[in-house]
Amino acid sequence: MATLELRQVTKSFGATNVIKGIDLSIDHGEFIVFVGPSGCGKSTLLRMIAGLEQVSTGEVVIDGDTVNDIPAAARGLAMVFQSYALYPHMSVRQNLSFGLENLKTPKPEIERRVAEAARMLRMDQLLERRPGQLSGGQRQRVAIGRAVVREPRVFLFDEPLSNLDAELRVQMRVEIGALHQRLGNTMIYVTHDQVEAMTMADRIAVLKDGRLEQFGRPLDLYNRPANLFVAGFIGSPRMNFLGGTVKGADGAGVTLALDAGGEVAVPCRQEGAAPGLKVKLGVRPEHIQLVEPGVADVMLSVSLTEQLGGESYLHGQLASGEALSVRLTGQTAVSRGDTVGLRLAEPALRHAFDAGTGQVLQPLV
Amino acid sequence: MINATDVSGFLGRRRGRSGPDWSDWLAYAYLAMGVLVVLLPIFWMFMSSIKSPRALVENDPRLLPYEQLTTPSQDGARRLGVFVWTRPDGTQADVAFVGPRGINARVFDLARPDEVIEVPRSQLTRKDIVQPRFENYTEPTIGSTQSRNFNFLRYFWNSTFVTVVATLLTLVVNAMAAFALSKYKFRGRDAMVIVIVSTLLIPPTVILVPLFITVSSLGMLNSLWGVIIPAIATPTGVFLLRQYMLTIPDELLEAARMDGASEWKIFWRIMLPLSMPALSVLAILSVMWRWNDFMWPLIVLTQSEVFTLQLGLSTFKGELNDNMHHLLAMTVLTLLPVTLVFVVLQKHITTGIANTGLK
Amino acid sequence: MADVTAPSPAGPARNPVGWLWGKLGDALDGPFGALQAHIGANRMAYVFLLPNVLVFGVFSFWPMLLNFYIAFTGGQSVILADRPFVGLDNFRELLDCPSWLDPKTCPVSGFSFWTGVWNTLFFAVVQVPIMIVVALATALVLNRDIRARGFWRAVYFYPVMLSPVVVAVIWDWVLKRRGILNALLEDGVGAWNWLMSFYVGRLSFFLFGAFLFDCLLAMVFGRKPNSWSNRTRLIAAISLVLIYISVFGTAAGSFTLPEYRPINWLIDVRSGWPMFWVIFVYTWGHLGFYMLILLAGLQAIPKDLYEAAEMDGTSRSRAFWRITLPLLMPTMIVVLVLSLIRAFQVFDEVYVLTGGGPGQATKMIIQHIYESAFIGDAKRYGIAAASSVLVAGLLLLLTLAQLAATRKKAGG
Repeated sequence: MATLELRQVTKSFGATNVIKGIDLSIDHGEFIVFVGPSGCGKSTLLRMIAGLEQVSTGEVVIDGDTVNDIPAAARGLAMVFQSYALYPHMSVRQNLSFGLENLKTPKPEIERRVAEAARMLRMDQLLERRPGQLSGGQRQRVAIGRAVVREPRVFLFDEPLSNLDAELRVQMRVEIGALHQRLGNTMIYVTHDQVEAMTMADRIAVLKDGRLEQFGRPLDLYNRPANLFVAGFIGSPRMNFLGGTVKGADGAGVTLALDAGGEVAVPCRQEGAAPGLKVKLGVRPEHIQLVEPGVADVMLSVSLTEQLGGESYLHGQLASGEALSVRLTGQTAVSRGDTVGLRLAEPALRHAFDAGTGQVLQPLV
Repeated sequence: MINATDVSGFLGRRRGRSGPDWSDWLAYAYLAMGVLVVLLPIFWMFMSSIKSPRALVENDPRLLPYEQLTTPSQDGARRLGVFVWTRPDGTQADVAFVGPRGINARVFDLARPDEVIEVPRSQLTRKDIVQPRFENYTEPTIGSTQSRNFNFLRYFWNSTFVTVVATLLTLVVNAMAAFALSKYKFRGRDAMVIVIVSTLLIPPTVILVPLFITVSSLGMLNSLWGVIIPAIATPTGVFLLRQYMLTIPDELLEAARMDGASEWKIFWRIMLPLSMPALSVLAILSVMWRWNDFMWPLIVLTQSEVFTLQLGLSTFKGELNDNMHHLLAMTVLTLLPVTLVFVVLQKHITTGIANTGLK
Repeated sequence: MADVTAPSPAGPARNPVGWLWGKLGDALDGPFGALQAHIGANRMAYVFLLPNVLVFGVFSFWPMLLNFYIAFTGGQSVILADRPFVGLDNFRELLDCPSWLDPKTCPVSGFSFWTGVWNTLFFAVVQVPIMIVVALATALVLNRDIRARGFWRAVYFYPVMLSPVVVAVIWDWVLKRRGILNALLEDGVGAWNWLMSFYVGRLSFFLFGAFLFDCLLAMVFGRKPNSWSNRTRLIAAISLVLIYISVFGTAAGSFTLPEYRPINWLIDVRSGWPMFWVIFVYTWGHLGFYMLILLAGLQAIPKDLYEAAEMDGTSRSRAFWRITLPLLMPTMIVVLVLSLIRAFQVFDEVYVLTGGGPGQATKMIIQHIYESAFIGDAKRYGIAAASSVLVAGLLLLLTLAQLAATRKKAGG
């Protein structure tokens, strides 16, 4: 069993606060992904969990014990580094056994674990090679193997796939997923790639500027983003945001007057949605439909179409000058210069955010 | 190396032309002349070192170790010099010189040893043969006539001891400091680095007297440790190693920390092996410094039993004696280890020094 | 990378050095590990620094301070407490003389000091430019498309590896009155006179000389050999005149040299040869180092620059002045600073080669310091220390001036 808890954790380097108070609770066996743009503090947070960075204030709790003052090696964690950090002067076998030797593990036990990890990661043939003689994917496996032999309570991954090409990245994603299935350990994975986060995580923690923006299951983040940032960060292509004002609110939802003209209803609670409030309407490109101008919510003058065969994208401007993208399944006859009518998604798929605070207006269900 | 070929364009030869042209030959001639200036003196000294003491005293300027042929006297008690006697009719014979008589010389023909004749000295020329004398090397080292003034083996051992011990200490002490200054954050680190770099500019020669007084008050005069210790904390070494260690990724150290390695183990098992290129440059430099060091040993060591080779040689040279043949041979032996190291590690040394720009 | 690795756990150590290395590290890990457990990982930095700081402090930093104190004390004792404080007496003895330019007017210590100062200044001012020019020329030639570059580079560098004592012994031997140099010169003069005694010899000599001269210019400035410039024509004309003079204008033998008399290179007092050879031998021993650094600097200049210049129709001499030299400037400054600082500290080679002689002709400032303190019955540590202070001040000024010059250059 390995649970991990962060209690009001902060980190500052001199006068700069990198982490501004994060609370997080991770259950045993979960695969957690920290995601956010670069500089958001996700790697620092991971390194604080690892013990490579001191916690300024707050507590890191593993299995109920506060580990703030326990050195990295004694926390029972293992980490896979972005650059792999394989010892270049040691063979793969020595790389795997170095940590166990430091812990004074008996020799036969070391050999057993190394052999097992090598078999699991299909690198039996590589044990006597040096890291310099391995391909990128093989190095990645060795780095994971080095974590595996430690039999840690928690695995930490710091952007482990960022140095691989696209194809290998997909393959390693699958392998790490399989490893998680097989070992059942708690794993924390840092990435800036939201696709990686969506495909791998049990739960995702979205970070920005040292704060936790939202923590939840991937589809919850997609379906019910807590704020403008998460809404924009999760999902590809990016969600469209249109400016507007609350015109009226009742038990059935809120009516918005868009800057681009027209009105749309959003089924969200009326609390905090006083008429006149500046809001942002969020609509995902894949939820927008092409309709006759007569029934359209807004009109889009198309400036670019991208035809991918199976799907098509329209990019253009609304009357307000705001940019908007639409994803259509199949192919389209619309071309540059056309003006088309759009329906801004089913009401349930619309999101409304307070333009001032960026927080979502809570949906009804 | 990479762009040298192409850069060459500016100094004469154009690309795309086949075969060397006149300016290439001129360049080779220049280089060859330089090589002559570099190697000829060394070669000349080497050739002199296998000449007989007599040839040296006579200042025979010929390159090869000529020596006059000798032959036993009739009674076998002495060895007589052999001359070529050119008779007035132009015929020649080898004769042994027995003794002078007026302007004539008493000689006997080697073919007829019993018949001593008198010939004019002007008709005699020395008969020289090439005869390398390797005793110049063996006598002061393993021979029974070991020079009283020049205890080569003793000096050689002292030099070797100083060089090896000082180099090992220099490497470890400087690597430790460089590790601390490159991989830890602590108060005063940057100030420390600045102090070290600025002492690169302070010539050690201007602190001779106080250093001597410090060493003497620590009781290290006439001790090899007095030569070894003061210079092991060289700013050059710290600087060179630190610059290299800065390029070793921190993630490796963090990985080792996660692997439960102590700081010492990280230093010994990760940093030192990975710093090998810089360490070997420093090792070569240190060997060169220590083996060739002269002024500091000259001050600290005044008793001949603790002399290093350089001290022994210079003292020996200073004494006006007739042991030139031993001095030259011992000079060759002194430059031999450095030369062997250089021949073997030539590429490594030149690229290493070119890259660090330090000596 | 050297094969220093942890022993393989799979079996006995494959590499005894690696095995020993591991064992030694593990043995030392005991005390250091215990220390770390006691003081924490971050403070281990101080532990790693300690030996260096200790040695550095005792044998570099403390002596630097001590030097100032000793400079103000007299007597001959090495025990500081026994040294009487004499104020500025030492400095007065060094500096208090009618003319610094003429050391003979100074008292004994001042004489020795100022002789050393002027000799060292002369040495540095002459030696450094010569060495840099020759080193640069050699580096430029080696930077060409040369066969066996490694070999040439190694040979030129080889003297750097030799100890000053060995260098001095070698050259002392070469420069003896009946040494190889005099022998070669004797042969050279003989050969020259033989050549000069024939008109044909003269003719060919001048043709050859003119040709060589032109070739040299062409090599330096990179002119194409087959284009006859005004310069080549001028040279041709001059050589024709010279040939005319040599054939018709003078009697045979007017160009022959008198018979060569061997020179006592290092002992001849009035000739200036000892200083010449001191400079020559020192340059011989250090040239390779600076050549190597300049060569590295040359090779670091990106080749595309020369290709771009060629596309622009830049002549080679212009490329040299406008591309090579400016880009080599940082390296040149390093070389200049290093070689000047070292030239001011010259001691070993000169001391062993000439002992400062003949008379005081090659006595350098460091030799003055050394002899004041350590030679003779009167160990005048105070005078030596005071001299050191003055020299250090001079070097500091020099370094600062150079830094200022560098900054000005960088700024402009």
